[in-house]
Formats: sequence, C-alpha cells, structure tokens
Amino acid sequence: MYLEKISLYNFKNYRSAEMEFSPKINCFIGDNAAGKTNLLDAIYYLSFCKSYFNSIDNQNIRHDEEYFSILGKYIVNGDKNDSIQCVQRRNQKKSFKLNKKEYERLADHIGLYPLVMISPYDRDLINEGSEVRRRFIDSVISQFDKVYLDDLINYNKVLQHRNVLLKMFADQNYFDAGSIEIWDRQLADLGHKIYPKRKTFLENYIPIFNRYFQIISNGKEVVTIDYDSHLSGRGMEELLAIALSKDRLLKYTTVGIHKDDLNFQLGGHPIKKFGSQGQQKSFIIAVRLAQYEYIMQLKGYKPVMLLDDIFDKLDARRVEQLIKLTSDNRFGQVFITDTQRERIEHLLEKIDIDHKIFDIRNGEAFEIKDQDLQNIPT
Amino acid sequence: MSTYSSKLVENAVNELAKLPGIGRKTALRLALHLLKQEKAEVELLGTSIIKMRADAIFCKVCHNISDNEICTICNNQKRNRSVICVVEDIRDVMAIENTSQFNGLYHVLGGIISPLDGIGPNDLTINKLADRLKGKEVVEIILALSATIEGDTTNFYLYKRLKEFDILFTTIARGVSVGDELEYTDEITLGRSIINRQPFEGLNNR
Ligand SMILES: [Zn+2]
Repeated sequence: MYLEKISLYNFKNYRSAEMEFSPKINCFIGDNAAGKTNLLDAIYYLSFCKSYFNSIDNQNIRHDEEYFSILGKYIVNGDKNDSIQCVQRRNQKKSFKLNKKEYERLADHIGLYPLVMISPYDRDLINEGSEVRRRFIDSVISQFDKVYLDDLINYNKVLQHRNVLLKMFADQNYFDAGSIEIWDRQLADLGHKIYPKRKTFLENYIPIFNRYFQIISNGKEVVTIDYDSHLSGRGMEELLAIALSKDRLLKYTTVGIHKDDLNFQLGGHPIKKFGSQGQQKSFIIAVRLAQYEYIMQLKGYKPVMLLDDIFDKLDARRVEQLIKLTSDNRFGQVFITDTQRERIEHLLEKIDIDHKIFDIRNGEAFEIKDQDLQNIPT
Repeated sequence: MSTYSSKLVENAVNELAKLPGIGRKTALRLALHLLKQEKAEVELLGTSIIKMRADAIFCKVCHNISDNEICTICNNQKRNRSVICVVEDIRDVMAIENTSQFNGLYHVLGGIISPLDGIGPNDLTINKLADRLKGKEVVEIILALSATIEGDTTNFYLYKRLKEFDILFTTIARGVSVGDELEYTDEITLGRSIINRQPFEGLNNR
C-alpha cells in the first residue's frame, strides 16, 4: 500500500497543491515554516481522519477560506486504486469519504491505511505525564481492534459519571451507595475488557522494541519497558471497594486502567532522569520502529512512515541506516522532511533507491527532477 | 456578538436560542422569518405554544403526555395490563406505538440516569413505577432504553431496585449498533426487536 497522489486545497498554508509520490522515499526540503510538516499532517489526516498537531479541524483551514480539502489516491495490493477524501467546511461536520462513500463512523476508517509518524514531539513520551503513554498504547491497539476503542470511550464516560457523583456527594455531605454501585459495576466490567488487551499488546510489543533498541544503540545498553497497572494485582471491584473512602475524600476515582503507565528504564533507572539526549532519542526511535513492525505483522502489509525532522533526532550515519532499511524492503513508503537539501541528496546518492525530492516554499511544492540535480554545481 | 437594532428582536432571538439544537444564527433566521409572516399567523403559533404548556399534563399513571389525568393508552381496556414497557421519554412511546407490535402499557421515566447531566434516580419516575408493580397485575417489564452506557446503567439500576417483585425482566433485542438512540431506529427493526425481546441478565446485554 502506498500514497500515489495527493491534492490539497486551502489546507493550512497551502492554497492548492498536487503531488505525485514515489512508492519508496519522498523528501520535502524547505526552510522552517515553509510547510513541510503541514504536508506530513495532510498525509496523517488521510489515515487518522484528524491532524497530528491540532485537533480543532476548523483551525486547519487556510486563513480567510471557507473550507479545506485533502484528496489522496492510494495503490493497494499492487493495482487496486483507493481514493480518500477529507473535506472540512468552516463550522460544519467533517466529511470523510472512501471511494466517494461517506463514512458513518470515522472510527471505521482508522487502521485501514496504517501510518507511523516519528516527530520531534515524541519526546513527550518520556517527558510528559502518563496520559501520553496511555494514548500511545490506545492508538496502536485501536488500529486493529474496534471493540477496544468502544470499550475505552465507554469506560471514560462511566469514569466521568462516577467522578461527578463523588464530587456531588462530597459537596452536599451526603452519600448514596446504590448510585455509586451501578457505575462501579460498569467500570469493573469495561476495565476487565481493556486491561487484558493492553497486557497482551505489551507482551508482544516489548520484545520487538528491545530488538530495535539493540540495533539502534549497537547493543551497548540495557533498556526495559514495564507495564504498570492497578489491575495486575487485584480485580477492579476489589480495587474500587478498597479505594472508596479515599475516592470520596479526593472526589475522583483513584484506581483503574485510567491510571496505567509505562515505566521506561535504562540500566534500572528512569530514562527521563538518567538517560542522555542521545539515549533518549534512540529510545524513542525504537518505540516507533517497533510500533511500525507490530502493526505490519498484524496487518500483513507495510504502514506509511512519516519522519519529521529526523536529523534532529539522529546523526547522519543513523539516518543512513534507517534509509537502508527502506531499500532492504523492511519499510514501505517513507516521507522525510529536512531543511538541508545537500544533506539528504548526499545520502540518497549513496543508496540506490527510488525517490523523489520536493522543494517546499511558502505553501507551494515543486518536484526537483533528476536532471535538475545533475545541474547543481558541485 | 452581533448588535441588534431592535431590543424586541434581540429578546426573541435570546429565547429561541435557548431551544435545543438552535444556535444564535438559526434563532435570528427564525425571528426574521416570523417578522415577515402575517400577524395572525404568528399569534396562532404563540398561543398554541402557551396553551400547550399551560394545559397539557402528564398521565398520572405512566407519565405519558396527555390531555386528561389518565392518558388514552392507560385508559384503553383492550390493552394488555400485565406488561409494562419502560422508556426514556414520550418520543419513544410514539416510536413504539408506530410499530403496532406492542399492546401493553408504558412507563415514561423522563430521562435516564446521567450524573454528568445532573440526573439521578430520584429525578426519574422510578418510585411511581415501583408503586405500579405492587398491584401484582404486572408480570413483565420490558426495558426499552437507549443502547448507550447510560441506558445500560439505568437498566441495571431498575433491575436492582425492582427485582424484589416477582416479575420477568426483558430487554428489547437490538438490531442496531451500540450507541444508537431508540428514536432513530426504523419501525420494522424496532417492531421486530420488541417481539424478539430477551430476558435481562444484569450487565452487558449489548
Ligand atoms: Zn398513561
């Protein structure tokens, strides 16, 4: 599966752009704020029905315009053509179509055209709160398990209801066990569906992660990822019963899968505090590459890969390794952004692989043909 | 925020915008539309709303909307008085009546349990439902609430609250996916799901 063509209208800083891509490597070269990352975001939209950066769709419409449109043409299984179109009119419901047919639920689309993005924001996985790590787990599992997503949405709703009740009871100095109990039952029921799925996912995922980290760090360091969940020791009903007095005091639910976390450790210490810049970067790349491989194994085909500002993360030698993996057919279609044209051209010269380079300027994209490349004075 | 040249228009827009699903833009469009109509026409609309609010009452037995103390359904002696179908609001009664597949009585809860919307069990007509069961005439309760997490939780609450009565609890079989509101289900699917109702077994009838 790969993206053959994209057409953008009024998307972020693009008025209108049409591009045809290589099934292998595609590079977007340009200055900061030229619109390189916006192109990656448009591709991200086609897979996830939303922006990677800004979840308010209206704000992704070009300034002073009434709508944006992203149209992508994919080649699937060698010759089948799929068209995906996303249209957002200002203050209206987003339209999302596969082969001109409108989706009833956007969730049905997610996972059909899998994609993995490596971006500078990935450092949040290490530096930010547990919510970011849970979102990582959830985003991978929901790409192939729709029931999981439904259960998770319902769990969060029940949780909100329960927290409102706890707050109301505390504020009014009153307690009704019967009212709490019905939500406890739902929370336990849904929690017991979500926890085993997270556990199974991580049991399969972590070994893949370890392998990639070894490759990237040349096998020098020992890293571990541990899944930390209240539910690993006790059932949800029991947890809720034990925590009830504490929950009433704090006015929210203190136990459950909404408190799950991943512990990232390097030689037995938290990588957030003890990992060097380089170690943290290698760690994150391994997290994403393992995610790529995991999804590929489940789907049976290769996700699209977006590498945003990859040289910020890795030195030239490691980027070269990564691109070689693509030429070895480990990866499918790859999109790369970089500010320095010479750096990427130099790299691609060394590796014989199909590629296209685009010059991005002020929301316009120009393909740089090979002839042009040869004319560049050296 | 727009500025209005007439306080009268602004007041009307403010009131219209309080209605569900009506934003300020639509409210203004409606107000301007009404201004263009004949005065008598608009008065008819106004008085019908005032009269509805003043005179329409809720049935003392089932809480369905009614012109009399007891509604036409509860008063109809040809209906099966041993089965009560529990629904969220009046729209559900209308939807189920449209299927012509149900000949029992109703009980309108007036909502479903939803702490986020400030609705607890005491805000619903659950006590009245319990009173209706004391007469021993009723043998079956059909739970026909929305297949949402809140509907599901309300079903469970009702079951817990009312299981002391020796009654069969059933839920309507859903040919529709989770999260769909009863109101939007088509007549044939809904009619079939009442006929094919299933025993209620606590949680996870989904
Ligand atoms: Zn009645």
